[in-house]
Amino acid sequence: MVLLELKDMCCYFGGLKAVEKFNTKIEKGELVGLIGPNGAGKTTVFNVITGIYPPTSGEIFFQGENIGELPSHKITQKGIVRTFQNIRIFPALTVLENIIIAYHFRTHYSIFSGILRDDNYHQEEEEMSKRAMELLRLFNLHTYYMNPAGSLPYGEQRKLEIARALATEPNIVLLDEPAAGMNPYETIKLMELIKHIKEKYDLTIFLIEHHMQFVMGICERIMVMDFGIQIAEGTPQEIQKNPKVIGAYLGVEKKDVKNS
Amino acid sequence: MKIIKKIFNLIKEYYKFILITALIYLLFEIFNGSIPIAPRLLTRYYMQILMFALINIIMTVSLNLINGFTGQFSIGHAGFMCIGAYTSAYFTTILFNAAKMAYFPQLALFIFSLIIGGLMAAFAGYLIGLPTLKLKGDYLAIVTLAFGEVIRSIVRSSDEIAAFLNQIGLVRFSETIAKISGPRGLSTIPNLSKFWLVYLITILSVIIMRNFIYSTHGRACLSIRENDVAAETMGIDTTRYKIIAFSLSAFFAGVGGGLFAHVLRFIHPDNFSFIKSIDYLIYLYAGGMGSITGSILAATGLTILPEFLRIINFQQWRMVIYPLLLIILMLRKPSGIFGNREFSFLIPKRKEVN
Repeated sequence: MVLLELKDMCCYFGGLKAVEKFNTKIEKGELVGLIGPNGAGKTTVFNVITGIYPPTSGEIFFQGENIGELPSHKITQKGIVRTFQNIRIFPALTVLENIIIAYHFRTHYSIFSGILRDDNYHQEEEEMSKRAMELLRLFNLHTYYMNPAGSLPYGEQRKLEIARALATEPNIVLLDEPAAGMNPYETIKLMELIKHIKEKYDLTIFLIEHHMQFVMGICERIMVMDFGIQIAEGTPQEIQKNPKVIGAYLGVEKKDVKNS
Repeated sequence: MKIIKKIFNLIKEYYKFILITALIYLLFEIFNGSIPIAPRLLTRYYMQILMFALINIIMTVSLNLINGFTGQFSIGHAGFMCIGAYTSAYFTTILFNAAKMAYFPQLALFIFSLIIGGLMAAFAGYLIGLPTLKLKGDYLAIVTLAFGEVIRSIVRSSDEIAAFLNQIGLVRFSETIAKISGPRGLSTIPNLSKFWLVYLITILSVIIMRNFIYSTHGRACLSIRENDVAAETMGIDTTRYKIIAFSLSAFFAGVGGGLFAHVLRFIHPDNFSFIKSIDYLIYLYAGGMGSITGSILAATGLTILPEFLRIINFQQWRMVIYPLLLIILMLRKPSGIFGNREFSFLIPKRKEVN
């Protein structure tokens, strides 16, 4: 089943073509990687999918529904959630509150229930805390649950952001450079964690990463972008041999240009 | 049975709060001579200052809702206060003559007028929030500043509005508008803000705002302050919650304005000028953004301080000490007295999870 489909998606900033005619289909349960040199437009693809920028043209289908014009929060409620390249947790709030905020759009009690603190309020709040703690335990963050999120070490903040994304109970998770700034040991741990949560929650994952070992080791399919254009798509083995990809990363000798 | 259980739970949840507030109230009652066991230290003049302090608590905590908890920058708070003050005074003074009423109808009318005043202010907050809350930072500040001044100017030109209405034939309407007598100020407002009532309404307002903040809706507002893009990707409709925070804040500013009108008993548009908005910002920053405790203490302290200096014959140094204190505070503790910490009795208990 096709979960997410991008049809000729474009995003221009004035004359700058950040993303030009991006086409792809992501099946349910896939783990897809998106790579490319700096400034290729990878994050812009994520920004357009999650509604932070509207697409200049083209369509985005999620479970058969066009979500191109929806605001960001509606897209999250449909089941697409993302993390950010530069961590965007809620630093002054506690780790537990960070997770609980993700449950917000699934809570039913009204503002008046909240003000009167009636049974609905207590029931739902308790349930949310419980579920949040379960999730934190899975990510090994439960020992910090009352600490301000901003006080966590960098690697843990990344994990918290992923945990928070999962708390929205998504169908597809977009991870923007999840391993950025992590040491090799942490990276391997993160790879295992991502595989584990994918199995456990039956997720589809679409990720951007610069860490080649990470991408090649985890992704079933990889897309490559350069200057806003998708230049290749295939299995890790295919991508490694693709002359265009090698060209984009390492540069092309003059004779190669003639041949291709 | 169920009701008894509910009341029991309520007492269990708020017993510290009730105990502390009741104790403070008792102290006031003892020292203002209602309970004759101590010398009467608090004269009517002091009680009036205390009532202003209480009203300033409502105003500062409600401003905190926008500036401290939702992270927006509003400096038109006096505008909402103005709407609340004029609306409630309109009900008690112009529409009905509350001064000649019996005790209970008078009280009911007053509370009703306060609520209407609050709702009018909330509606105004909603109206200006709708198009402007997409703005951020300085831009929102400019719009809210202009809003406050516009409200003041409208009230000030009530005579011209009345004349205009008279011209187009709405005579009855024009007569009531003329009674507001904008530039001359609205006087003969009945003395309805009794100390116990102001005290009670202050406590209720603070509890309501606190409960809002500690609910999922309040957390949505906090997440907007922390990072609005992330909040949006967590499925939170940030524009909606900004408007909710704005309207709720305006509501309590309106109620505060209503109480203010009935303590001072004479209101003039210039009471609600830009300077007034700045006062609340000062209380807010001195107490600490995002701290209800800080707002309460700073609003009380900074309302009483100038009057206290007057009492101890420091009259001429009043306006030196006050700003000096603020400068020292901002140098030594830029996050305010309380930062974003709270007194423990103000934080609702969360069930221990493990």
